[in-house]
Amino acid sequence: MNAAQSRFLLVAMSVLALLFLYAPIVSIVIYSFNESQLVTVWSRFSTKWYAALLHDDQILRAARISIEVALLSATGATVLGTFAGYILSRFGRFPGRTLFSGLVMAPLVMPEIIMGISTLLLFVALEAAIGWPHRDIQTIVMAHITFATAFVAVVVQSRLSEIDVSIEEAAADLGARPLQVFFLVTLPLIAPALMSGFLLAFSLSLDDLVITSFVSGPSSTTLPMVIFSKVRLGLNPEINALGALIILFVGVIATIATFRTIFADWRGKRKVETATA
Amino acid sequence: MSGEPIFSNAQTRSFGRFLTVAIPYAWFITFFLAPFLIVAKISLSTAATAIPPYEPLVGWADDGALVLTLHIANYKLIFSDSVYLIAYASSLRNAAVTVIFTLLLGYPLAYFIASRSAKWRAPLLMLVMMPFWTSFLIRVYAWIGILKPNGVINSTLIWLGVIDKPLEILNNQFSVYLGMVYAYLPFMVLPLYSHLEKMDWSLLEAANDLGARPARVFREVTLPLSMPGIVAGSLLVFIPAVGEYIIPTLLGGPDTLTIGAALWNEFFSNHDWPVASTVAVALVVLLVGPLMILQRQQGTGGHP
Repeated sequence: MNAAQSRFLLVAMSVLALLFLYAPIVSIVIYSFNESQLVTVWSRFSTKWYAALLHDDQILRAARISIEVALLSATGATVLGTFAGYILSRFGRFPGRTLFSGLVMAPLVMPEIIMGISTLLLFVALEAAIGWPHRDIQTIVMAHITFATAFVAVVVQSRLSEIDVSIEEAAADLGARPLQVFFLVTLPLIAPALMSGFLLAFSLSLDDLVITSFVSGPSSTTLPMVIFSKVRLGLNPEINALGALIILFVGVIATIATFRTIFADWRGKRKVETATA
Repeated sequence: MSGEPIFSNAQTRSFGRFLTVAIPYAWFITFFLAPFLIVAKISLSTAATAIPPYEPLVGWADDGALVLTLHIANYKLIFSDSVYLIAYASSLRNAAVTVIFTLLLGYPLAYFIASRSAKWRAPLLMLVMMPFWTSFLIRVYAWIGILKPNGVINSTLIWLGVIDKPLEILNNQFSVYLGMVYAYLPFMVLPLYSHLEKMDWSLLEAANDLGARPARVFREVTLPLSMPGIVAGSLLVFIPAVGEYIIPTLLGGPDTLTIGAALWNEFFSNHDWPVASTVAVALVVLLVGPLMILQRQQGTGGHP
Protein backbone atom coordinates (compact mmCIF):
# COMPACT_ATOMS: atom_id res chain seq x y z
CA MET A 1 0.00 0.00 0.00
CA ASN A 2 1.51 3.34 -0.98
CA ALA A 3 1.10 6.71 0.71
CA ALA A 4 -1.76 7.92 -1.52
CA GLN A 5 -3.76 4.74 -0.95
CA SER A 6 -3.30 4.83 2.80
CA ARG A 7 -4.32 8.48 2.89
CA PHE A 8 -7.48 7.64 0.93
CA LEU A 9 -8.27 4.77 3.29
CA LEU A 10 -7.81 7.06 6.29
CA VAL A 11 -10.21 9.67 4.92
CA ALA A 12 -12.74 7.00 3.90
CA MET A 13 -12.71 5.40 7.35
CA SER A 14 -13.04 8.76 9.10
CA VAL A 15 -16.01 9.71 6.94
CA LEU A 16 -17.54 6.30 7.68
CA ALA A 17 -17.09 6.77 11.43
CA LEU A 18 -18.68 10.24 11.30
CA LEU A 19 -21.61 8.93 9.23
CA PHE A 20 -22.05 6.16 11.80
CA LEU A 21 -22.19 8.78 14.59
CA TYR A 22 -24.77 10.90 12.81
CA ALA A 23 -27.02 8.32 11.08
CA PRO A 24 -29.38 7.79 14.06
CA ILE A 25 -29.64 11.51 14.72
CA VAL A 26 -30.56 12.26 11.11
CA SER A 27 -33.00 9.36 10.96
CA ILE A 28 -34.88 10.41 14.08
CA VAL A 29 -35.28 13.97 12.85
CA ILE A 30 -36.59 12.78 9.45
CA TYR A 31 -39.04 10.29 10.95
CA SER A 32 -40.36 12.83 13.44
CA PHE A 33 -42.04 14.51 10.45
CA ASN A 34 -43.60 11.27 9.23
CA GLU A 35 -47.38 11.28 9.17
CA SER A 36 -47.69 7.50 9.49
CA GLN A 37 -48.46 5.84 12.82
CA LEU A 38 -46.13 3.04 11.72
CA VAL A 39 -43.05 5.06 12.70
CA THR A 40 -40.63 3.57 10.16
CA VAL A 41 -42.87 3.49 7.09
CA TRP A 42 -42.81 6.86 5.39
CA SER A 43 -46.20 8.20 4.31
CA ARG A 44 -46.05 11.97 4.07
CA PHE A 45 -44.76 15.08 5.79
CA SER A 46 -46.61 16.10 8.91
CA THR A 47 -46.02 17.99 12.13
CA LYS A 48 -48.85 16.26 13.95
CA TRP A 49 -46.57 14.42 16.41
CA TYR A 50 -45.15 17.73 17.54
CA ALA A 51 -48.69 18.95 18.11
CA ALA A 52 -49.50 15.74 20.00
CA LEU A 53 -46.51 16.39 22.28
CA LEU A 54 -47.95 19.73 23.35
CA HIS A 55 -51.05 17.94 24.64
CA ASP A 56 -49.22 15.14 26.43
CA ASP A 57 -49.40 16.21 30.07
CA GLN A 58 -47.20 13.37 31.28
CA ILE A 59 -44.36 14.44 28.99
CA LEU A 60 -44.79 18.16 29.70
CA ARG A 61 -44.73 17.60 33.46
CA ALA A 62 -41.67 15.35 33.19
CA ALA A 63 -39.91 17.90 30.98
CA ARG A 64 -40.50 20.61 33.57
CA ILE A 65 -39.08 18.42 36.34
CA SER A 66 -36.08 17.47 34.20
CA ILE A 67 -35.22 21.07 33.40
CA GLU A 68 -35.55 22.11 37.03
CA VAL A 69 -33.31 19.23 38.11
CA ALA A 70 -30.78 20.01 35.37
CA LEU A 71 -30.55 23.71 36.32
CA LEU A 72 -30.02 22.94 40.00
CA SER A 73 -27.59 20.08 39.33
CA ALA A 74 -25.54 22.06 36.82
CA THR A 75 -25.26 24.98 39.24
CA GLY A 76 -24.12 22.72 42.08
CA ALA A 77 -21.74 20.76 39.86
CA THR A 78 -20.18 23.95 38.50
CA VAL A 79 -19.43 25.27 41.99
CA LEU A 80 -18.11 21.95 43.26
CA GLY A 81 -16.30 21.14 40.00
CA THR A 82 -14.54 24.51 40.02
CA PHE A 83 -13.33 23.84 43.58
CA ALA A 84 -12.18 20.36 42.60
CA GLY A 85 -10.49 21.40 39.34
CA TYR A 86 -8.74 24.32 41.07
CA ILE A 87 -7.50 22.13 43.91
CA LEU A 88 -6.24 19.44 41.53
CA SER A 89 -4.36 21.87 39.34
CA ARG A 90 -3.12 24.53 41.80
CA PHE A 91 -2.77 23.00 45.26
CA GLY A 92 0.20 20.74 44.57
CA ARG A 93 0.57 17.93 47.06
CA PHE A 94 -1.55 17.71 50.16
CA PRO A 95 -2.43 14.83 52.44
CA GLY A 96 -5.06 12.65 50.78
CA ARG A 97 -4.56 14.07 47.30
CA THR A 98 -4.53 10.67 45.57
CA LEU A 99 -7.80 9.66 47.20
CA PHE A 100 -9.26 13.08 46.39
CA SER A 101 -8.45 12.89 42.68
CA GLY A 102 -9.72 9.32 42.62
CA LEU A 103 -13.01 10.33 44.25
CA VAL A 104 -13.50 13.29 41.92
CA MET A 105 -12.67 11.43 38.71
CA ALA A 106 -14.12 7.96 39.38
CA PRO A 107 -17.70 9.03 38.53
CA LEU A 108 -16.48 9.72 34.96
CA VAL A 109 -16.21 6.01 34.33
CA MET A 110 -18.07 4.28 37.17
CA PRO A 111 -21.02 2.35 35.71
CA GLU A 112 -24.16 4.34 36.38
CA ILE A 113 -25.98 1.34 37.75
CA ILE A 114 -23.46 1.12 40.61
CA MET A 115 -23.74 4.82 41.42
CA GLY A 116 -27.52 4.55 41.23
CA ILE A 117 -27.94 1.74 43.73
CA SER A 118 -25.24 2.98 46.11
CA THR A 119 -26.55 6.55 46.23
CA LEU A 120 -30.09 5.31 46.79
CA LEU A 121 -28.99 3.05 49.65
CA LEU A 122 -27.25 6.06 51.22
CA PHE A 123 -30.42 8.13 51.01
CA VAL A 124 -32.51 5.30 52.44
CA ALA A 125 -30.06 4.80 55.32
CA LEU A 126 -29.97 8.56 56.00
CA GLU A 127 -33.74 8.80 55.96
CA ALA A 128 -34.04 5.91 58.38
CA ALA A 129 -31.46 7.49 60.68
CA ILE A 130 -32.28 11.22 60.61
CA GLY A 131 -35.54 11.47 58.67
CA TRP A 132 -33.95 13.21 55.72
CA PRO A 133 -33.92 13.25 52.65
CA HIS A 134 -37.24 12.23 51.18
CA ARG A 135 -36.89 10.85 47.69
CA ASP A 136 -37.90 13.59 45.27
CA ILE A 137 -36.18 16.29 43.24
CA GLN A 138 -33.60 17.00 45.96
CA THR A 139 -32.25 13.42 45.95
CA ILE A 140 -31.99 13.46 42.15
CA VAL A 141 -30.11 16.78 42.28
CA MET A 142 -27.64 15.52 44.90
CA ALA A 143 -26.93 12.38 42.86
CA HIS A 144 -26.55 14.36 39.63
CA ILE A 145 -24.18 16.88 41.23
CA THR A 146 -22.02 13.96 42.35
CA PHE A 147 -21.47 12.55 38.86
CA ALA A 148 -21.54 15.81 36.87
CA THR A 149 -18.89 17.47 39.08
CA ALA A 150 -16.24 15.20 37.57
CA PHE A 151 -16.95 16.52 34.07
CA VAL A 152 -16.83 20.15 35.22
CA ALA A 153 -13.59 19.45 37.10
CA VAL A 154 -11.97 18.01 33.95
CA VAL A 155 -12.96 21.06 31.89
CA VAL A 156 -11.78 23.51 34.59
CA GLN A 157 -8.54 21.61 35.22
CA SER A 158 -7.63 21.52 31.54
CA ARG A 159 -8.36 25.25 31.23
CA LEU A 160 -6.24 26.04 34.30
CA SER A 161 -3.37 23.99 32.89
CA GLU A 162 -3.30 26.33 29.88
CA ILE A 163 -3.14 29.45 32.01
CA ASP A 164 0.24 30.68 33.12
CA VAL A 165 0.53 30.35 36.91
CA SER A 166 2.85 33.36 36.96
CA ILE A 167 -0.13 35.69 36.45
CA GLU A 168 -1.66 34.44 39.68
CA GLU A 169 1.73 34.50 41.42
CA ALA A 170 2.22 38.10 40.34
CA ALA A 171 -1.10 39.08 41.90
CA ALA A 172 -0.15 37.26 45.09
CA ASP A 173 3.27 38.93 45.17
CA LEU A 174 1.61 42.30 44.76
CA GLY A 175 -0.30 41.64 47.93
CA ALA A 176 -3.60 40.17 46.82
CA ARG A 177 -5.05 37.75 49.31
CA PRO A 178 -5.74 34.20 48.04
CA LEU A 179 -9.49 34.86 47.74
CA GLN A 180 -8.81 38.08 45.81
CA VAL A 181 -6.43 36.25 43.49
CA PHE A 182 -9.04 33.61 42.89
CA PHE A 183 -12.01 35.91 42.30
CA LEU A 184 -10.23 38.74 40.50
CA VAL A 185 -7.61 36.87 38.46
CA THR A 186 -8.28 33.15 38.17
CA LEU A 187 -12.06 33.17 37.86
CA PRO A 188 -12.25 35.68 34.97
CA LEU A 189 -9.60 33.67 33.10
CA ILE A 190 -11.46 30.38 33.46
CA ALA A 191 -14.96 31.82 32.99
CA PRO A 192 -15.47 30.26 29.53
CA ALA A 193 -14.57 26.85 30.97
CA LEU A 194 -17.14 27.36 33.74
CA MET A 195 -19.73 28.11 31.09
CA SER A 196 -18.85 24.95 29.13
CA GLY A 197 -18.78 22.94 32.33
CA PHE A 198 -22.19 24.25 33.36
CA LEU A 199 -23.71 23.41 29.97
CA LEU A 200 -22.11 19.95 29.94
CA ALA A 201 -23.43 19.24 33.44
CA PHE A 202 -26.84 20.52 32.39
CA SER A 203 -27.08 18.24 29.38
CA LEU A 204 -25.75 15.22 31.30
CA SER A 205 -28.32 15.77 34.03
CA LEU A 206 -31.11 16.28 31.50
CA ASP A 207 -30.17 12.97 29.88
CA ASP A 208 -29.59 10.71 32.87
CA LEU A 209 -31.85 7.68 33.19
CA VAL A 210 -30.18 5.00 35.29
CA ILE A 211 -29.10 6.95 38.38
CA THR A 212 -32.33 8.96 38.31
CA SER A 213 -34.47 5.81 38.22
CA PHE A 214 -32.89 4.66 41.48
CA VAL A 215 -33.02 7.92 43.45
CA SER A 216 -36.25 9.51 42.24
CA GLY A 217 -39.49 9.39 44.17
CA PRO A 218 -43.05 8.77 42.98
CA SER A 219 -43.70 12.48 42.33
CA SER A 220 -40.45 13.19 40.50
CA THR A 221 -40.55 11.24 37.23
CA THR A 222 -38.08 12.83 34.81
CA LEU A 223 -38.24 13.01 31.03
CA PRO A 224 -35.78 10.15 30.34
CA MET A 225 -37.83 7.92 32.67
CA VAL A 226 -41.01 8.66 30.71
CA ILE A 227 -39.21 8.13 27.39
CA PHE A 228 -37.72 4.84 28.58
CA SER A 229 -41.03 3.44 29.76
CA LYS A 230 -42.70 4.41 26.46
CA VAL A 231 -39.84 3.05 24.36
CA ARG A 232 -39.83 -0.29 26.15
CA LEU A 233 -43.40 -0.75 24.96
CA GLY A 234 -42.31 -0.23 21.35
CA LEU A 235 -41.65 2.56 18.90
CA ASN A 236 -43.71 5.65 19.42
CA PRO A 237 -43.96 8.47 16.87
CA GLU A 238 -44.34 11.05 19.63
CA ILE A 239 -40.94 10.01 20.98
CA ASN A 240 -39.44 10.71 17.54
CA ALA A 241 -40.74 14.27 17.73
CA LEU A 242 -39.60 14.64 21.33
CA GLY A 243 -36.21 13.20 20.39
CA ALA A 244 -35.84 15.67 17.54
CA LEU A 245 -36.66 18.54 19.90
CA ILE A 246 -34.16 17.32 22.52
CA ILE A 247 -31.50 16.94 19.83
CA LEU A 248 -32.18 20.48 18.65
CA PHE A 249 -32.19 21.88 22.20
CA VAL A 250 -29.06 20.09 23.39
CA GLY A 251 -27.38 20.60 20.02
CA VAL A 252 -27.75 24.35 20.41
CA ILE A 253 -26.34 24.16 23.95
CA ALA A 254 -23.40 22.06 22.75
CA THR A 255 -22.67 24.43 19.90
CA ILE A 256 -22.67 27.41 22.24
CA ALA A 257 -20.44 25.57 24.72
CA THR A 258 -17.86 24.39 22.20
CA PHE A 259 -17.83 27.52 20.07
CA ARG A 260 -17.43 29.61 23.18
CA THR A 261 -14.49 27.49 24.23
CA ILE A 262 -12.83 27.66 20.84
CA PHE A 263 -13.44 31.39 20.60
CA ALA A 264 -12.51 32.13 24.21
CA ASP A 265 -9.43 29.98 23.79
CA TRP A 266 -8.20 32.18 21.03
CA ARG A 267 -9.21 35.38 22.84
CA GLY A 268 -7.87 34.15 26.19
CA LYS A 269 -4.47 33.39 24.69
CA ARG A 270 -4.38 36.84 23.17
CA LYS A 271 -5.27 38.43 26.48
CA VAL A 272 -2.52 36.53 28.26
CA GLU A 273 -0.07 37.43 25.52
CA THR A 274 -1.01 41.10 25.78
CA ALA A 275 -0.88 40.96 29.55
CA THR A 276 2.52 39.32 29.64
CA ALA A 277 4.02 41.25 26.72
CA MET B 1 -1.05 20.94 35.93
CA SER B 2 -0.31 19.33 39.27
CA GLY B 3 3.00 21.14 39.55
CA GLU B 4 4.24 23.31 42.37
CA PRO B 5 1.82 24.97 44.75
CA ILE B 6 1.46 28.60 43.76
CA PHE B 7 1.14 30.04 47.24
CA SER B 8 3.85 28.87 49.54
CA ASN B 9 3.68 31.62 52.13
CA ALA B 10 2.34 30.78 55.54
CA GLN B 11 -0.68 33.00 55.09
CA THR B 12 -2.29 30.55 52.74
CA ARG B 13 -1.37 27.32 54.47
CA SER B 14 -4.18 28.23 56.68
CA PHE B 15 -7.71 27.53 57.54
CA GLY B 16 -8.90 28.86 54.18
CA ARG B 17 -6.88 26.36 52.26
CA PHE B 18 -8.03 23.57 54.51
CA LEU B 19 -11.66 24.60 54.00
CA THR B 20 -11.27 24.76 50.22
CA VAL B 21 -10.18 21.13 50.15
CA ALA B 22 -12.54 20.01 52.90
CA ILE B 23 -15.80 21.06 51.23
CA PRO B 24 -15.53 18.99 48.03
CA TYR B 25 -13.74 16.22 49.95
CA ALA B 26 -16.63 15.94 52.38
CA TRP B 27 -19.13 15.90 49.52
CA PHE B 28 -17.42 13.04 47.73
CA ILE B 29 -16.88 11.02 50.89
CA THR B 30 -20.57 11.41 51.74
CA PHE B 31 -22.10 10.89 48.32
CA PHE B 32 -19.60 8.62 46.58
CA LEU B 33 -17.46 6.69 49.05
CA ALA B 34 -19.86 6.14 51.96
CA PRO B 35 -22.56 4.71 49.65
CA PHE B 36 -20.20 1.90 48.62
CA LEU B 37 -19.73 0.92 52.25
CA ILE B 38 -23.50 0.86 52.69
CA VAL B 39 -23.86 -1.32 49.60
CA ALA B 40 -21.25 -3.70 51.01
CA LYS B 41 -23.13 -3.76 54.31
CA ILE B 42 -26.52 -4.47 52.78
CA SER B 43 -25.06 -7.21 50.58
CA LEU B 44 -24.57 -9.12 53.85
CA SER B 45 -28.23 -8.84 54.79
CA THR B 46 -31.32 -10.71 53.63
CA ALA B 47 -34.46 -9.41 51.99
CA ALA B 48 -37.45 -8.71 54.21
CA THR B 49 -40.96 -7.42 53.77
CA ALA B 50 -40.27 -4.15 55.46
CA ILE B 51 -39.31 -0.55 54.78
CA PRO B 52 -36.46 -0.55 53.82
CA PRO B 53 -36.80 -4.11 52.47
CA TYR B 54 -33.88 -5.80 54.21
CA GLU B 55 -33.09 -7.21 57.66
CA PRO B 56 -30.91 -5.00 59.85
CA LEU B 57 -27.48 -6.52 60.50
CA VAL B 58 -27.48 -5.47 64.12
CA GLY B 59 -30.39 -6.36 66.34
CA TRP B 60 -31.37 -7.29 69.87
CA ALA B 61 -31.82 -10.95 70.82
CA ASP B 62 -34.66 -12.03 73.14
CA ASP B 63 -32.35 -12.02 76.16
CA GLY B 64 -31.29 -8.44 75.45
CA ALA B 65 -27.94 -9.26 73.90
CA LEU B 66 -26.68 -7.28 70.90
CA VAL B 67 -26.59 -9.55 67.86
CA LEU B 68 -24.69 -8.97 64.62
CA THR B 69 -25.96 -11.19 61.81
CA LEU B 70 -23.96 -11.44 58.59
CA HIS B 71 -25.31 -13.49 55.72
CA ILE B 72 -22.95 -14.70 53.04
CA ALA B 73 -25.77 -16.56 51.29
CA ASN B 74 -26.00 -13.82 48.63
CA TYR B 75 -22.37 -14.29 47.67
CA LYS B 76 -22.84 -18.06 47.56
CA LEU B 77 -25.86 -17.46 45.34
CA ILE B 78 -24.16 -15.27 42.76
CA PHE B 79 -21.13 -17.55 42.57
CA SER B 80 -23.17 -20.74 42.19
CA ASP B 81 -26.21 -19.68 40.17
CA SER B 82 -25.24 -19.95 36.51
CA VAL B 83 -27.52 -16.99 35.63
CA TYR B 84 -25.13 -14.56 37.36
CA LEU B 85 -22.01 -16.20 36.00
CA ILE B 86 -23.41 -16.04 32.46
CA ALA B 87 -24.40 -12.41 33.02
CA TYR B 88 -20.88 -11.51 34.19
CA ALA B 89 -19.28 -13.37 31.29
CA SER B 90 -21.51 -11.75 28.68
CA SER B 91 -21.02 -8.27 30.17
CA LEU B 92 -17.25 -8.73 30.01
CA ARG B 93 -17.52 -9.99 26.44
CA ASN B 94 -19.75 -7.06 25.42
CA ALA B 95 -17.27 -4.61 26.92
CA ALA B 96 -14.26 -6.31 25.28
CA VAL B 97 -15.90 -6.40 21.83
CA THR B 98 -16.89 -2.74 22.28
CA VAL B 99 -13.28 -1.79 23.09
CA ILE B 100 -11.94 -3.63 20.01
CA PHE B 101 -14.40 -2.09 17.56
CA THR B 102 -14.33 1.44 19.00
CA LEU B 103 -10.54 1.21 18.68
CA LEU B 104 -10.69 0.01 15.07
CA LEU B 105 -13.20 2.71 14.15
CA GLY B 106 -11.90 5.45 16.43
CA TYR B 107 -8.18 5.26 15.73
CA PRO B 108 -8.36 6.30 12.05
CA LEU B 109 -10.76 9.09 12.97
CA ALA B 110 -8.57 10.38 15.81
CA TYR B 111 -5.50 10.14 13.60
CA PHE B 112 -7.25 11.97 10.79
CA ILE B 113 -8.31 14.83 13.09
CA ALA B 114 -4.89 15.09 14.72
CA SER B 115 -3.19 15.24 11.31
CA ARG B 116 -5.29 18.21 10.12
CA SER B 117 -4.11 21.79 10.45
CA ALA B 118 -4.92 23.53 13.73
CA LYS B 119 -7.76 25.44 12.10
CA TRP B 120 -9.67 22.25 11.29
CA ARG B 121 -9.04 20.27 14.47
CA ALA B 122 -11.46 22.10 16.77
CA PRO B 123 -14.49 21.92 14.44
CA LEU B 124 -13.79 18.26 13.60
CA LEU B 125 -13.44 17.43 17.27
CA MET B 126 -16.70 19.23 17.92
CA LEU B 127 -18.32 17.05 15.27
CA VAL B 128 -17.22 13.96 17.22
CA MET B 129 -18.35 15.42 20.54
CA MET B 130 -21.78 16.65 19.43
CA PRO B 131 -23.49 13.23 19.59
CA PHE B 132 -22.08 12.76 23.10
CA TRP B 133 -23.94 15.89 24.18
CA THR B 134 -27.16 14.83 22.49
CA SER B 135 -29.52 12.58 24.42
CA PHE B 136 -28.00 9.12 24.78
CA LEU B 137 -31.41 7.51 25.26
CA ILE B 138 -32.84 9.08 22.11
CA ARG B 139 -29.82 8.06 20.03
CA VAL B 140 -30.01 4.44 21.18
CA TYR B 141 -33.76 4.47 20.56
CA ALA B 142 -33.13 5.75 17.02
CA TRP B 143 -31.25 2.54 16.21
CA ILE B 144 -34.46 0.56 16.76
CA GLY B 145 -36.04 2.45 13.88
CA ILE B 146 -32.99 1.85 11.70
CA LEU B 147 -32.53 -1.85 12.45
CA LYS B 148 -36.05 -3.23 12.77
CA PRO B 149 -37.48 -5.61 10.12
CA ASN B 150 -39.29 -2.78 8.29
CA GLY B 151 -36.73 -0.17 9.35
CA VAL B 152 -34.41 2.03 7.31
CA ILE B 153 -31.75 -0.58 6.50
CA ASN B 154 -34.09 -3.45 5.64
CA SER B 155 -36.51 -1.33 3.58
CA THR B 156 -33.62 0.14 1.61
CA LEU B 157 -31.99 -3.22 0.91
CA ILE B 158 -35.30 -4.79 -0.11
CA TRP B 159 -36.10 -1.82 -2.34
CA LEU B 160 -32.69 -2.16 -3.98
CA GLY B 161 -33.36 -5.84 -4.49
CA VAL B 162 -30.28 -6.93 -2.51
CA ILE B 163 -32.32 -9.10 -0.16
CA ASP B 164 -35.89 -10.38 -0.39
CA LYS B 165 -36.67 -10.88 3.26
CA PRO B 166 -35.59 -8.62 6.14
CA LEU B 167 -32.29 -9.31 7.86
CA GLU B 168 -32.54 -10.10 11.56
CA ILE B 169 -30.37 -7.33 12.90
CA LEU B 170 -32.38 -6.13 15.91
CA ASN B 171 -32.87 -7.67 19.36
CA ASN B 172 -29.87 -9.93 19.16
CA GLN B 173 -26.18 -9.88 20.01
CA PHE B 174 -25.32 -7.97 16.84
CA SER B 175 -27.54 -5.00 17.68
CA VAL B 176 -26.15 -4.88 21.24
CA TYR B 177 -22.57 -4.71 19.89
CA LEU B 178 -23.57 -2.10 17.33
CA GLY B 179 -25.31 0.08 19.92
CA MET B 180 -22.42 -0.16 22.37
CA VAL B 181 -19.75 0.64 19.75
CA TYR B 182 -21.88 3.55 18.62
CA ALA B 183 -22.45 4.98 22.10
CA TYR B 184 -18.88 4.60 23.34
CA LEU B 185 -17.02 5.71 20.19
CA PRO B 186 -16.46 9.34 21.38
CA PHE B 187 -14.92 8.06 24.65
CA MET B 188 -12.29 6.27 22.56
CA VAL B 189 -11.67 9.05 20.04
CA LEU B 190 -10.99 11.82 22.60
CA PRO B 191 -8.07 10.26 24.52
CA LEU B 192 -6.61 8.87 21.28
CA TYR B 193 -6.80 12.31 19.73
CA SER B 194 -5.26 14.06 22.70
CA HIS B 195 -2.23 11.72 22.61
CA LEU B 196 -1.87 11.73 18.83
CA GLU B 197 -2.06 15.51 18.80
CA LYS B 198 0.79 15.80 21.32
CA MET B 199 2.91 13.37 19.32
CA ASP B 200 6.02 14.71 17.61
CA TRP B 201 4.93 14.44 13.99
CA SER B 202 8.43 15.15 12.67
CA LEU B 203 9.35 11.64 13.80
CA LEU B 204 6.92 10.28 11.21
CA GLU B 205 8.48 12.43 8.51
CA ALA B 206 11.92 11.25 9.57
CA ALA B 207 10.88 7.60 9.33
CA ASN B 208 9.30 8.34 5.98
CA ASP B 209 12.40 10.11 4.66
CA LEU B 210 14.54 7.21 5.79
CA GLY B 211 12.51 4.98 3.50
CA ALA B 212 10.08 3.23 5.84
CA ARG B 213 6.81 2.27 4.16
CA PRO B 214 3.58 3.72 5.64
CA ALA B 215 2.67 0.43 7.31
CA ARG B 216 6.06 0.23 8.96
CA VAL B 217 5.99 3.89 10.07
CA PHE B 218 2.64 3.20 11.69
CA ARG B 219 3.74 -0.03 13.36
CA GLU B 220 7.08 1.18 14.64
CA VAL B 221 6.53 4.89 15.31
CA THR B 222 2.88 5.98 15.51
CA LEU B 223 1.51 2.98 17.35
CA PRO B 224 4.10 2.93 20.18
CA LEU B 225 3.82 6.72 20.61
CA SER B 226 0.04 6.58 20.87
CA MET B 227 -0.03 3.59 23.22
CA PRO B 228 -0.94 5.67 26.32
CA GLY B 229 -3.94 7.00 24.38
CA ILE B 230 -4.95 3.47 23.41
CA VAL B 231 -4.75 2.32 27.04
CA ALA B 232 -6.68 5.35 28.34
CA GLY B 233 -9.35 5.08 25.65
CA SER B 234 -9.76 1.34 26.16
CA LEU B 235 -10.24 1.77 29.91
CA LEU B 236 -12.62 4.72 29.48
CA VAL B 237 -14.74 2.49 27.24
CA PHE B 238 -14.33 -0.82 29.06
CA ILE B 239 -15.16 0.26 32.63
CA PRO B 240 -18.58 1.85 32.02
CA ALA B 241 -19.40 -0.67 29.25
CA VAL B 242 -19.22 -3.62 31.69
CA GLY B 243 -22.07 -2.13 33.70
CA GLU B 244 -24.11 -0.88 30.73
CA TYR B 245 -27.83 -1.33 31.25
CA ILE B 246 -29.77 0.74 28.70
CA ILE B 247 -28.30 -0.55 25.42
CA PRO B 248 -28.69 -4.31 26.08
CA THR B 249 -32.20 -3.66 27.40
CA LEU B 250 -33.39 -1.67 24.38
CA LEU B 251 -31.45 -3.36 21.58
CA GLY B 252 -30.89 -6.86 23.00
CA GLY B 253 -33.05 -9.93 22.58
CA PRO B 254 -34.86 -12.11 25.10
CA ASP B 255 -31.68 -14.10 25.75
CA THR B 256 -29.48 -11.04 26.28
CA LEU B 257 -28.33 -11.23 29.87
CA THR B 258 -26.01 -8.64 31.37
CA ILE B 259 -24.87 -7.79 34.84
CA GLY B 260 -26.50 -4.37 34.59
CA ALA B 261 -29.87 -5.94 33.79
CA ALA B 262 -29.40 -8.58 36.52
CA LEU B 263 -28.83 -5.86 39.12
CA TRP B 264 -31.72 -3.76 37.81
CA ASN B 265 -34.16 -6.69 37.85
CA GLU B 266 -33.16 -7.85 41.33
CA PHE B 267 -33.72 -4.32 42.55
CA PHE B 268 -36.81 -3.15 40.67
CA SER B 269 -38.63 -6.42 39.86
CA ASN B 270 -37.72 -8.77 42.71
CA HIS B 271 -37.23 -6.00 45.30
CA ASP B 272 -34.31 -8.00 46.61
CA TRP B 273 -31.99 -5.18 47.67
CA PRO B 274 -29.41 -7.42 49.34
CA VAL B 275 -28.89 -9.56 46.22
CA ALA B 276 -28.78 -6.42 44.04
CA SER B 277 -26.13 -5.02 46.41
CA THR B 278 -24.13 -8.23 46.18
CA VAL B 279 -24.19 -8.03 42.38
CA ALA B 280 -22.99 -4.41 42.68
CA VAL B 281 -20.15 -5.34 45.05
CA ALA B 282 -19.00 -8.11 42.70
CA LEU B 283 -19.03 -5.66 39.78
CA VAL B 284 -17.04 -3.04 41.70
CA VAL B 285 -14.47 -5.68 42.71
CA LEU B 286 -14.13 -6.60 39.04
CA LEU B 287 -13.52 -2.97 38.08
CA VAL B 288 -11.06 -2.01 40.83
CA GLY B 289 -8.08 -3.21 38.77
CA PRO B 290 -8.96 -1.28 35.58
CA LEU B 291 -9.88 1.80 37.68
CA MET B 292 -6.50 1.79 39.40
CA ILE B 293 -4.63 1.46 36.10
CA LEU B 294 -6.63 4.41 34.76
CA GLN B 295 -5.95 6.50 37.87
CA ARG B 296 -2.21 5.77 37.71
CA GLN B 297 -2.10 6.54 34.00
CA GLN B 298 -3.85 9.86 34.44
CA GLY B 299 -1.53 10.71 37.32
CA THR B 300 1.41 10.44 34.92
CA GLY B 301 0.10 13.01 32.49
CA GLY B 302 -2.50 11.15 30.48
CA HIS B 303 -5.68 13.09 29.83
CA PRO B 304 -9.15 11.66 30.27
